[in-house]
Amino acid sequence: MKEDKSRRSFLKNMALAAGSAIALSGCDMKALDHFLQKNFRTLSKAEVDEIITSLQLEYKNKYGKDFTVSAKPATDGILFGYALDLSRCIGCRKCVYACVEENNQSRGPQIHWIQVLQMEKEKGIDFADSDVHYNPEKVPEEGHFYLPVQCQQCRNPQCTTVCPVKATWQEPDGIVVVDYNWCIGCRYCMAACPYGARHFNWAEPSVPEDEMNTNVHYLGNRPRMKGVVEKCTFCIQRVREGRYPACVEVCPVGARKFGNLLDPESEIRYILENKRVLVLKQELNTQPKFYYFFGV
Amino acid sequence: MNRTDNHILKCRCGSQRKRMPAELLRSGIVLLIVALVITACHVKEKRYNEQVLPAEIMTSEQAEEFAVEAPPLTEGIFPCSECHSELEPNPTRRELDWHEEVTSIFDHDKENRWCLDCHDLINRDSLRLASGKLLGFDESYKLCGQCHGEKLRDWRVGVHGKRIGQWNGQKHYLLCVHCHNPHAPKFEPMTPEPPPLPQKMSN
Repeated sequence: MKEDKSRRSFLKNMALAAGSAIALSGCDMKALDHFLQKNFRTLSKAEVDEIITSLQLEYKNKYGKDFTVSAKPATDGILFGYALDLSRCIGCRKCVYACVEENNQSRGPQIHWIQVLQMEKEKGIDFADSDVHYNPEKVPEEGHFYLPVQCQQCRNPQCTTVCPVKATWQEPDGIVVVDYNWCIGCRYCMAACPYGARHFNWAEPSVPEDEMNTNVHYLGNRPRMKGVVEKCTFCIQRVREGRYPACVEVCPVGARKFGNLLDPESEIRYILENKRVLVLKQELNTQPKFYYFFGV
Repeated sequence: MNRTDNHILKCRCGSQRKRMPAELLRSGIVLLIVALVITACHVKEKRYNEQVLPAEIMTSEQAEEFAVEAPPLTEGIFPCSECHSELEPNPTRRELDWHEEVTSIFDHDKENRWCLDCHDLINRDSLRLASGKLLGFDESYKLCGQCHGEKLRDWRVGVHGKRIGQWNGQKHYLLCVHCHNPHAPKFEPMTPEPPPLPQKMSN
């Protein structure tokens, strides 16, 4: 029997094989849909609605709960800014865990969007000598201060420019977001971020079912998958509805401030105009919208 | 204003004798005004002190300025008048042999201050400003602001203290006493949440 080894027949056979593989494996067509889905920014309104309906169904099946998936876009005239009072923070890490719960971060492997760094007052802000694993009986510790670091929501974000597939970008209200369906997991953005604010799902993320926050945003805290990068979004699911981020509301010393940088009457603007303010790694020209200040 | 200036100018140019009556008259008017103001203040203060019933507690017109709810007081302690109405008011500064829950922790300029610097002697159910004005417990921030004016200013604009709710809408402002114990305002050290696990590639 003569074997047909032409290029044409090879391609034909491959197509047949792929087609039958999909048919035989009973491959979830939804998963295929997600795989073939376009970049979020190129989707039409109707396509977004369709994806959200299918996601809500998928989450219902997977977690047994009704999810509200929002894709609410940015509002004109809003540029979100954040300020953190270094003279108040006591390093209790309540913000870290409030963030984990609000944003459905994986408990194992563990992902924390906020890192609280302990530093020595004598040395000032010194990342090389900071400690994230401090664990004394009580905080604050004598002679130390605390500097929580999370996504600085740069006006000039390097993480987005290095992304080879444009899966991460800055929204018109200043929030840097990730399209988890479009992320290929190359982790270039993690290498580019000078603040260590991006985190990778090395394994399938695990969140206890009863602790799952079902109020989610497509570009924020919806359940992630293995192999994608995630980061702080200022709680996009909350702030686009007018609410404060979870870390602001949980802080027991009121060190965290949030608001619209374009509103001259906002508390964030008052801080920028009246207090001593600094940004981290200013020399890199990332131009963060996350400010540190001294309230006293 | 101009007329007065001209007048002064004229007086200065004029002789000593000519200036005397005008100056006397002016001083007299100023003294009269000062006396009137002082008397008015005293009358007002007296009126505040005469208020005894809790229902008549003075609340400022700006009471609605901040949507605040006072934190719950120690159970069974309010209204204070329940016990105090049967006791003879004693304004003498002294060591109390009662209210141990407060005296044992009291650390708020202990050297110089005691109960009646903030609590009213007659109306036990209200606080009292230095001016003598009575104040409900839901407006305690005004009392704190008497000494901590800079903090009160920062609190009003949302820099000091904590707000929850809507960043662009209705906010809930926490009062000073939500976070600081008024009798011992310094923050107590806190047990931190657990540190992050060391990062591992496989898990």
